[in-house]
Formats: sequence, C-alpha cells, structure tokens
Amino acid sequence: MPFEPIRSLELRGITKRFPGILACDHIDLTVGEHSVRALVGENGAGKTTLMNILMGLYQPDEGRILINGREVRFRSPNDAFAHGIGMVHQHFMLVPNMTVAENVALGMKSSHRPGRLDLGSVRKRILEISERHELPVNPDAYVWQLSVGEQQRVELVKTLCLGARFLILDEPTSALTPQETDELIELLKKMSRELSVIFISHKLHEVKALSDTVSILRRGRIVFEGRTEDHSPADLAALMTGHEVALPCVECSDAPRPGGPGLLYVRDLRVRGDRGNRALDGVSLDVYSGEILGLAGVSGNGQRELAETLNGLRKPESGSVRLDGVELGGCGADAVIAAGMGYIPEDRNTEGIVPSFSVRENLVLKDVGTGGWSRAGFLRLGPISRNAATLRESFDIRCPSVDTAAGSLSGGNIQKVILARELSRRPKALVAVYPTRGLDMGAEEFIHKQLLARRAEGAAILLISEELDEIMNLSDRIAVIYKGRILKVVPGREATKRSLGLLMAGVLDE
Amino acid sequence: MSAGSFILNILILGVPFSVALLLAGLGETINQRAGVFNLGCEGIMAMGAFLAFLPPYFLADTPLAGSANLIGLLLAIGAGVLLGLLFALVVVTFRAPQGIAGIGLQMLGWGTAGTLFRKYVGGVTGVAGIAPLPIPGLSRIPILGPILFNHNPLVYLAFLLVPVFWYVLFKTPWGLKVRAVGTYPRAADSLGIPVARVRYQALAVGGAMAGLAGAYLSLAQAKMFADDLIAGRGFIAVALVYFGRWNPVGVLGGALLFSLAQSLQLSIQVAGIDFPYEFAVMLPYALVILVLALVRKSRMAGPAELGRPFDREQRV
Repeated sequence: MPFEPIRSLELRGITKRFPGILACDHIDLTVGEHSVRALVGENGAGKTTLMNILMGLYQPDEGRILINGREVRFRSPNDAFAHGIGMVHQHFMLVPNMTVAENVALGMKSSHRPGRLDLGSVRKRILEISERHELPVNPDAYVWQLSVGEQQRVELVKTLCLGARFLILDEPTSALTPQETDELIELLKKMSRELSVIFISHKLHEVKALSDTVSILRRGRIVFEGRTEDHSPADLAALMTGHEVALPCVECSDAPRPGGPGLLYVRDLRVRGDRGNRALDGVSLDVYSGEILGLAGVSGNGQRELAETLNGLRKPESGSVRLDGVELGGCGADAVIAAGMGYIPEDRNTEGIVPSFSVRENLVLKDVGTGGWSRAGFLRLGPISRNAATLRESFDIRCPSVDTAAGSLSGGNIQKVILARELSRRPKALVAVYPTRGLDMGAEEFIHKQLLARRAEGAAILLISEELDEIMNLSDRIAVIYKGRILKVVPGREATKRSLGLLMAGVLDE
Repeated sequence: MSAGSFILNILILGVPFSVALLLAGLGETINQRAGVFNLGCEGIMAMGAFLAFLPPYFLADTPLAGSANLIGLLLAIGAGVLLGLLFALVVVTFRAPQGIAGIGLQMLGWGTAGTLFRKYVGGVTGVAGIAPLPIPGLSRIPILGPILFNHNPLVYLAFLLVPVFWYVLFKTPWGLKVRAVGTYPRAADSLGIPVARVRYQALAVGGAMAGLAGAYLSLAQAKMFADDLIAGRGFIAVALVYFGRWNPVGVLGGALLFSLAQSLQLSIQVAGIDFPYEFAVMLPYALVILVLALVRKSRMAGPAELGRPFDREQRV
C-alpha cells in the first residue's frame, strides 16, 4: 500500500453540472473510519454522480476532496484504487464473456506482467478474499453463467481484491431477490467492522438495518445529516421526498365477489419457457372488474411467461385467455392491445419504451396507427404534442422537455411515461409486472395511487411483484405462484407475511 | 491429369492465396475485439500494395536493390499504422459512425493509390518481388512439402502469426484490455483502463496488418500493382472475422476456405473442365455469404459493443 489508511474522507463544496442539470450543488460530506454512512435520496438526486466524482470517473466543476485532511485529486479510478477506495456500481461492471478471474485481473495491475497475464496470482487472491469474507465465488466461471446474486458477490470480491478499504456500494440490492438482499445486509454488517462503507440506497429499512449515520440528498443538495438510530423510516422518507410519504392501502369492501368468469379470465394455461421447460403448468385465474389481484412468488416461477402470454408476446401450448369475453389465447400483441389490455412490462428500458425515441413519441406508441395520432399515413404532430404536454403535467413526468430521449430519463420517470401511456388508454385490464422495482418511495407512492385509482374506475388489475409489502398493501386477493402453478388464492386481509412467505417457498400446509 | 494431382494443385495454390486474407483478417480481429470494425481495410490494403511496390520498381538498378522488398514492406506497414490512427481519430475521438467512416477510408486509400500509380508509374509493370524460400528438408516431404513448405517467407510468417495473435488476445494483459473495451467499455473504464487509448492501439495494429496484407499482394502474390489488385479482399477479411467468431484460429479457417474455393475455380478453368467460368468465379464469394448465413450465432462469443463509440458521461 503506497498510501496511509483512510481515517477521514471529506468532500467539500463538490459541484457538477451536466447539460441542463445541476447534478451536485456544493455538497459537503465527511466520512470517518469503520463506519457505515448511508447516502439516501430519490432517483436523480445526484448520489451516483457524487460517487463517480469520488472514484475519479467524473471531474467536479468545483470543490475539493480531502483524505486525512490533505487534498487529493483523482484523475482516474486508478488514483482512487491507490488510496484504497473501491466502488460496486449499481449496474455491474463485469465483462460477461470473460471469466471471474479475468475480470479481476483487468483491474489488478500487479498481474500485468510483460507479455504475460498472471492469472495464477489473481486466482489465489480471489480465493483468499472469498475465504476471509465468506463470499464463495468460482474464479473460472464465466460471468454470463452466473445469477444476479452471484455477480453481486463477484463485484464485491473484485473490489476487495483491488485493495479497497473504503467501499462505495451504489444501490447494491436493487437487482436482488428479498432473500439475497437479507444475506447481503448480514454480510455487509460483518464487513463494516474492518472497512468503511458508503451505502447508497433509497430502501429505508435497509438503511436502518445497516448504517450508523445517514445523509439525505435532494436535487443535488444535502438536506439532512444525522444518526440513523435517532430517526424513523417515516421521518427519513419525508426528508428524502420533501413531503410526508404515506404509501396508500387498498380498502377492501366486504361485498362478496361475483362468482363466474372474471373480466380477465385465464384457464388451464400451459406455456413453455425460453429453454423449452414447462414454465406455466395449468394456470387458472379470474380477475374481476374493480379488483387488484396480487400475484406473489419468487421471481422465475413463471411470472414473466404469464405476463408475456397474457399480452400476446408468447404463444401458449394450450389453455384460454379471455378479456371481457373475447378469446385472446394465442392472439398477437396487436389483438390483445385492441381488446383493451394494458401492460407495464418487467424490463422498462427495453420492453416498455423505445429508449432513443422522445417522451412525446413513446407516449403514443401503442395507438399511433389508429387513434387520433395519424391521418392518411401522416403523424398529427399537434395532437401528439398536446397529449404529451397534458400527460407530462398529470403524471408529473420530470424531463427537460417532451422531446428528450425517453431512455435518458431516470427509472422513476421512465416508469411514469409507461404508466401515462398505458393508463391514458383506459384499459379494461392491466398487467403490472414489478411496477416499482428499483424506484424510490416518491415514485412508488405515485404509482400505487395510480393503480388504486384505476381499480376504483373498474379496471381488473393483475399485480405481479416480489415485494410482499406492495402486494399486501394493494391487493384485494393474493395468488401465490410456485413452479408454474397457482398454489393458493387468499383474501388480501387474511394474508400475513409469514403465510405468504411459506407459500412462496412451496409449502402448502403448515 | 489425374484426380490426385488436380487436388494437390488446388492445395498448393490455395495456401498462398489465403495469406492476404489471413494477415488482414488477423488485424481486423484485433480491431473488432476492441469494438471497432474497420471497413477501410480495403483502402489500407490498396495503399500498402502500392507503397510496397514502389521501392522494387524504382530501386531495381541501384545498390539498394537488395533491400528494396524490405523497404517496401516497412513502408506498407508504416502507412497502415498511420491510416489506422487516422481512422481512430475519426471514430474514437470524434465518434463518427464507423460504417460510413470505413467506407470513406476505403475510397481514400483506393483512390490515392490508383491516382499516384497512374501519375508516377503508368502502365502495368512487374517487379521481381519476393522469391520463394523452400525450407530445407521439410519441403522435400511428399505431398505436405509442396503444400506447406515451398512458399515465400511471408506465407510462413502469416501462419506463425495465428498462434501469436491468439496468445496476445487471450493470454496477455493487453489482449485482456482489448477484449474488455470491445465488450463492456464502461466496466473497463471503471477499472481505470483508458478505453480510447486501447482502441487507438488496436486500430494501429489492425492498420499495420492490413498494410502488410496489401504488400503481400503486390510483392509476393501478383508481383505487380494495378488499380483493382485488392479486388474486395479487404471486405472479405472483415466478413471472415465474423465467420471466425473473433478468434484467430477461426479466421485462419475462413481464409483457407475462401482461398481453396478460389484455387478450385482457377483449377477448373485451367483444366478446361466444362463448367461455366462465370459461376466458377462466383463460387468463393457465394460460399462466404452462405457460410456467414449458416454459421452458429452465439451471443456470448464476440465484442458486444462492436460499432458503438464510448462516452463516459453519456447516460444509459
């Protein structure tokens, strides 16, 4: 180690501007030794930009970085590594067609011998680190073969192999399942005895579980700093969004549901997955008008295939799907859309929008040939623009202009674009797949309210989610899917986390 | 003529035919692994062929005649490096679309070489070129000797470069960086690898190889220069890299397949076999298209970011 260990790290007056955006506005932040500092804020608050500056990936327009009281200047990540600072990025920085060892070697300059790559020493280092921190990884596996949870472990091991004593973790749980998240939190708790950690998140229960102190960023400024234990998640949520946050709950009526077929009616659906496996094995569901049916389950149990089949993106082997009495099983997406189905897809960046199209264009994508948006083969730009202006206002889409490429917006705003398009079509039924995954509380609250409003207007909503809180807050009834079958359907008010958790693990009777 | 000697002739002819494709293809492999495809390969080859041809042509009766070929090769390689760096300036620094920029470079190289040739040389003239160098002993082995060990030195060099390029790509730190910046430049950047610099280096190597490939055509294969000497081999080399799944060994296979088809069609004509020669000439090109269409598509083999410029501060 050429540099002394970091006892204190100070950011002073850090400012960074991007075209049209002030991402960081004179930010001061001090972090001490062996502590976990949570950096909390909504999407687009400037958290990631600030950390990229600390890593030397971005150069600040103003401000200074001090380590142990002395000013340092990071021109590239190599400078940050040399001081023992390492970062696990939100989007994994792993080259998929290389092995774990090769990925680590890329940053481990000591393995770069003249004319030869010393993978042996890299392997040894990986095994050392993975043993010391109980992070099992196989150095010779290719990254593309690994699950998301395993890739997260590889990222941690990689960062530690590069000598990090000061870890920055940018939303490390956003792609993980609830189980993987719990494991990671436990692991980080242990590691924080030896290391300093900056933990970026907007999931407040994780912040409470892990951090000693918390800093809250809002629109590029630090608005709060304090000890985590002195503040409740509700306090922190209010500080983060600038207003009181109360996630809405469904009010179930006691009136019994009508029997008979639902508005959205699924019978005996059998579907094959991408690898030829039987992904859905006889699924039957009824979703009634004015109802939210929550579909709980660990992801990978057929949710993706169900959503795709309901929306005409995957052909069923057998079975029936009806929307308001119209048979849609095996129909293409155009027929499904015409029948009045709305869809909030799992992957909002690739399935929900065309990233290079403007917000305005994305908002009319589903009806561009039919509705009032074109005449005689020409787009009617006037109505399209007015539509975009109205929806931007009513759905609070924060974008520099409606001509901005939709792909450049933050996740929450992309989701609002999708929601605006789908809901403004007044769908009879809506399939929402992980609608708030990776979003902050403000966006989550907004999306939940919109779903409940559509329910009140009589839509049949199928809500697919892994977040039990979300499912229990919103659902009239909850169905649990396990290995391509519906294990059980329970009334929402009778469900408990424990009973749902057991069902999700495939345990039918206690 | 017996069937045996007919086939032997195809093989003896096919091996040296493959060399220009192989040299250019190896260089293009490095380019594409780094995330840049250089359609200008054809133009660099034309410049290389022209420049390599000049020293033996002008120095024929001077004391320097003995080293004229070597000077020619060095000129071709040097020009290739410069053109590769020029291409890097356009597509890496200025982030121009690679397809368009490559076609521009192809026209620049091809047009410059042709114009200078007509102004300073004129008509078609041969040069002595590089003489065959049979390897003592090995070249006397029946069948294998004439196929593999009775060629000019550049043929041996090209085949030796296949394992060298494989080693560089998969076993050295530089190769690791090249593969990383072509597949996931953001990850390389986050580890302090200078993405632009690595791409410049890769394009310089690719340019040098294309220049050398051109020199091979004018000094060793045709022993002359003409406007249409390259005849699309630069583009074929680009296609062979896809065919070879960005692996030097695969590129060797592709180059041999194409050149054997080429020598087959020549042999058909020479032997006077009753087969429409237009179709025979078409054969190698049709074969490349067919094989490219049928080749196994594997998502995880190659450079995922091929063709895309890298901008650290760009979102998504």
